[in-house]
Amino acid sequence: MSVENSNTRSVESSNTRNAESGNTPSVVTVRHAAVGYDGREILHDVSFEVGAGEVVAILGANGSGKSTLIRTILGLTPLTRGEIDLFGTPQRRFRDWARVGYVPQRLGAGSGVPATVGEIVASGRLARRGIFRMSRAADRTAVRDALTDVGLLDRINDPVTTLSGGQQQRTLIARALAGQPDLLVLDEPTAGVDAASQEAFAAALSRFQSTGGAILLVAHELGPLRPLIDRAVVVHEGRIAHVGPPPEPAGHHAEPDHDHVHPHAVPQATGICVAPTDRIAAN
Amino acid sequence: MDLFQYDFMMRALMGALIIGLAAPALGIYLVQRRLSLIGDGIGHVALTGVGVGLLLNQSPVISAVIVAAIGAVGVELIRERGRTSGDLALALLFYGGIAGGVVLVALSDDASSNSLVQYLFGSLITTSPEDIAVIAVLGAAVLIAMLAFRPALFAVCNDEEYARVSGLPVRALNILMAVTTAVTVTIAMRTVGLLLVSALMVIPVAAAQQVTRGFRTTMAAAMAIGLVAAGAGVVVSAEADTPPGATTVILALAVFVAITVGAAGWRVVRRRVHPPHEVEPPDVVLQEVR
Repeated sequence: MSVENSNTRSVESSNTRNAESGNTPSVVTVRHAAVGYDGREILHDVSFEVGAGEVVAILGANGSGKSTLIRTILGLTPLTRGEIDLFGTPQRRFRDWARVGYVPQRLGAGSGVPATVGEIVASGRLARRGIFRMSRAADRTAVRDALTDVGLLDRINDPVTTLSGGQQQRTLIARALAGQPDLLVLDEPTAGVDAASQEAFAAALSRFQSTGGAILLVAHELGPLRPLIDRAVVVHEGRIAHVGPPPEPAGHHAEPDHDHVHPHAVPQATGICVAPTDRIAAN
Repeated sequence: MDLFQYDFMMRALMGALIIGLAAPALGIYLVQRRLSLIGDGIGHVALTGVGVGLLLNQSPVISAVIVAAIGAVGVELIRERGRTSGDLALALLFYGGIAGGVVLVALSDDASSNSLVQYLFGSLITTSPEDIAVIAVLGAAVLIAMLAFRPALFAVCNDEEYARVSGLPVRALNILMAVTTAVTVTIAMRTVGLLLVSALMVIPVAAAQQVTRGFRTTMAAAMAIGLVAAGAGVVVSAEADTPPGATTVILALAVFVAITVGAAGWRVVRRRVHPPHEVEPPDVVLQEVR
């Protein structure tokens, strides 16, 4: 894909990507993955796929291993057993990391050295341009386009610490978009984010998807992201408890008989699937 | 100024200015990743290198660079493991470094407390033309590396995991930073001394970030403050007959205090002129509580 394209991708570039996706079977393939820390296994035998242009949500209670799962896919946590392929290449040999845009749960703890929103977003461009080449006009355009996409262009020169939590989260998604990835991986993108930012977030993700990008996100609550989700993977106690259509649409929570039991409030021992049991039952 | 008709004063000033520029250019990354005191630790380790050099009758600057670089890479590898025991391992390395240095210096032919003090607190006046050449070359290398790799180093220091997922050579960049820390510490030991090295890396950054908004402007301002403090430190120390290293650090601290007080004063004035907006009413109907 051309580096010169701005992040609001041209029709041409998204066609290119869709053509590519015809040959590549999937964006992410996880086969029999097991992961552990210090001899304690957190994920056992997990398998699933993210297809090109697909939006997959990994759901599960706190401590279910869902964040570990995406950290393993990104190579931040080593696999104990099993295999992971990214764009058809085994993760160990995968080098084209510019195709992956990672959005962590929050901005790293501030160290006191100021950084502007523009500087943070520009660091998302490094995967594309490499560390030896100076920033060009196309790189600056990509940064501005990414910030426009999340509605923060007017804050480009502001210190990132002056932004609200939701705006900081949008800065992180702009950072990932600036690299023009083909896959976005988001860790709890809407946790603790204000409503306006959640809407801006959902809109940016929806535009990304409409150009053929695939999305893998970890979530506790889907909120305004729900309409985007093609498939949900529910992780429970280190195994996949459910793969299929996303849990019931948003109205469910508002039903009069809904007791509003959240995943984290459900006791660990109540059956196979602790995560959104209430919603899955309705399927 | 009369002082600068002497060659040794010119050399002293040149050495100080190079350090004044290079130390904050590196220090900003260390501050950003909360390793403000690492320079101090590497300074301890460099003392062992000085001891080795004196013992073997080699240039202590070169041997200190080598030993400090080995120490810094070792610290980086410990840090990378991310274990809490890393803290303890660092402490062992630092104390081993300074104790080893004191013992080795004592064993060398040049065993006087004077030579030790010269490295611990700096001694610009005895800097030879060869020393200045080494300081200039290494200082320029540090400066170029820190400026040329600014986006990549910023990315690593700002969010190391994100940098790793971006496919950046995180380990290579971390080792680059470890080695440049060692180099900076060693060339700065002539100016401010091993015990005050960290100050020139950290204080200009701390001063600059009181008033700056972005990383690039902070870096530029910190380098300017470092340059001024180091230059003024040499001049004032010569006039007042005080040790140049400590004088430089005190001047840098004075700049920090002045900027902090000035910025606080400016905020107060601005608040008077533009009072903050009224708080927006809540989105709910409030009932009067009787």
